[in-house]
Amino acid sequence: MTAMAELFLPLNPGIVLILAGIVAAALPANAGRWFVIAAPLVMLGYLFGVDLGTHAPIAFLDYELETFRLDALARVFGTIFLISVFLCNVFAMGDSVDRTQRAAGQIYGGSAVAAVFAGDMITLFVFFELAAVASVFLIWARGTERAYRAGMRYLIIQITAGVILLSGVLVHVAGTGSIAFDHLGLDTPGGGLILLAFAIKCAFPLLHNWLQDAYPQATVSGTVILSAFTTKMAIYALARSYAGTEMLIWMGALMAVFPILFAIIENDLRRVLAYSLNHQLGFMVVGIGIGTELALNGAISHAFASVLYQGLLFMTMGAVLFRTGTVNASELGGLYKSMPWTAGFCLVGAASISSMPLLAGFVTKSMTLTATAGEGYWFVWLALVLASAGAFLHSGIKVPYFAFFGADSGKRPKEAPLPMLVAMGLTSALCLGIGVYPQALYALLPFPVEYVAYSTYHVINQLQLLAFAALAVVMLMLAGVYPANFRSINLDTDWFYRRAAKATFLAIGRLIDRAYGWATSALIRLIGAFISLCRGEFGPLGVMGGTTRVGSGVAWISALLLLGLIVAYGAS
Amino acid sequence: MTESHHIPPTGPGTDEPKRWLDDKANLRKLAIALFVLCAALFLADAFYVKHPVHWLEETFGFYALYAFVVGVALVLGAKLIRVFLKRDEDYYDRDG
Repeated sequence: MTAMAELFLPLNPGIVLILAGIVAAALPANAGRWFVIAAPLVMLGYLFGVDLGTHAPIAFLDYELETFRLDALARVFGTIFLISVFLCNVFAMGDSVDRTQRAAGQIYGGSAVAAVFAGDMITLFVFFELAAVASVFLIWARGTERAYRAGMRYLIIQITAGVILLSGVLVHVAGTGSIAFDHLGLDTPGGGLILLAFAIKCAFPLLHNWLQDAYPQATVSGTVILSAFTTKMAIYALARSYAGTEMLIWMGALMAVFPILFAIIENDLRRVLAYSLNHQLGFMVVGIGIGTELALNGAISHAFASVLYQGLLFMTMGAVLFRTGTVNASELGGLYKSMPWTAGFCLVGAASISSMPLLAGFVTKSMTLTATAGEGYWFVWLALVLASAGAFLHSGIKVPYFAFFGADSGKRPKEAPLPMLVAMGLTSALCLGIGVYPQALYALLPFPVEYVAYSTYHVINQLQLLAFAALAVVMLMLAGVYPANFRSINLDTDWFYRRAAKATFLAIGRLIDRAYGWATSALIRLIGAFISLCRGEFGPLGVMGGTTRVGSGVAWISALLLLGLIVAYGAS
Repeated sequence: MTESHHIPPTGPGTDEPKRWLDDKANLRKLAIALFVLCAALFLADAFYVKHPVHWLEETFGFYALYAFVVGVALVLGAKLIRVFLKRDEDYYDRDG
């Protein structure tokens, strides 16, 4: 028994959290709510009590599964995931969350934690898939037809990515005999397939739209939880296995820029944030592509900070949805009058994502920019500076302005419930804490940090960037050319499978239907013709089937007898 | 399709106090404050030691000018693509 226990101990904290999710489902609602708030905190303490190294290897067929590999890279992501699970659960206390959703949230977050501590690709695959399946319940819990369909599309794409990952792993194992999840690169057997799977999960350009499609359809607290894990798991996986892959630099630059355009014209503010999330991932992907110690530190710390401020922004919009029933920019405005705290926390999140000095974005994202310029990718660097100004446009100005300020919608909803305010307050405090004292985060990073964020030129340059981006918006508004908000949607790549593919398959279906109709009617005509032919010959009036009078039968027999007589006479 | 758990928002009461931001004159003050801030930050470029990694960064007021130009370009670019991409809210709910 002790031997068995030793085999699995120390347990991967993610697995413990998954088990906690199952327990939470069985507990009464109130106990369940407090239980899931305590669980990630206990796991966080436990995580820092375990020594770095590989624990709890389990023999599986011919391979050894490393179910709990604890190194600096995994620990940063494990830490932020556990913090995020905690904050999301505090927030969800204010939302009407049923036990399915509560359990799904824990299993999803737990799977993300378990995946980053997986030392081999089989364990990684298992938890990636579990995360995909658990997370869809956060979308379906919304209970609308749109949410159901969006959840289905989300699940299909996530499972497809999982199947591609599994194929890549199989090719890799067949080629190298190793299941270890370490640096892979594109040249290793199966490297391309594994990268494609991570690229889907990370919402690379043209593979991205599952994110903007599904996240805004989830429940109030569901979207907050979703925003933290799937894409950041992919960032972790890329940092682990594809650091220094040059293609990622260009992909990342594209990813940091193009979602900005969609975010500026999107009406659903949670979808604006989904585009914003996508664009933030671009910075991290560039950092991973560059692959130097500074760039990787930048990407990883940026992932850490963005889980917080992106979560914070989704929380504030969740609170708005919870209180008013909508997050459409065209229906909101002036909410600061009755939701001042939520508005304030939204401004903290907005300032953080815009890399305002003293907040989390400033001390993390800038490392990636410095590394990009330092390695001589000046075109990419220009794109990232542009994207930094863009972040301020859509998440720094647009989201708080149209929700809480702007033209007064006349709506006077109640302030967000207390647990939501507590969660937003704690997240804001963490954003500020990291911004003021970045050394605490830097100490967790896999490489030593010599970077100094608060230099005079860096602070001034960032303030110039923000002030003049704001000036651009103000001038455009004064000139009356800033795009107005309409109750409308904008086409994105989901059009290809929601419209083009659907229309194509429907057309093929109609073609088959018509061909089948034609073929069957032709066959029926053919059979009909055959039957009437047969009727003609063998029917009651036909030669073969018709009856004749007895007299004519006797006449025929007499004729035959006569013939027989003549033949017999002739022969003798 | 409706959210079941939200409390219907109430309209503004007639006795609601007027807020600082409701006054058009204060909005003008805010705009002027932004213009002053921008001017100050632009001129600040003369008073610190730059650490350019690229020659563009040495240009006077590079971050300010670049941010303004790309800010305008991004907003107008977004407005342009909306001409092609905008559809009704129930576009995907309809058959076809």
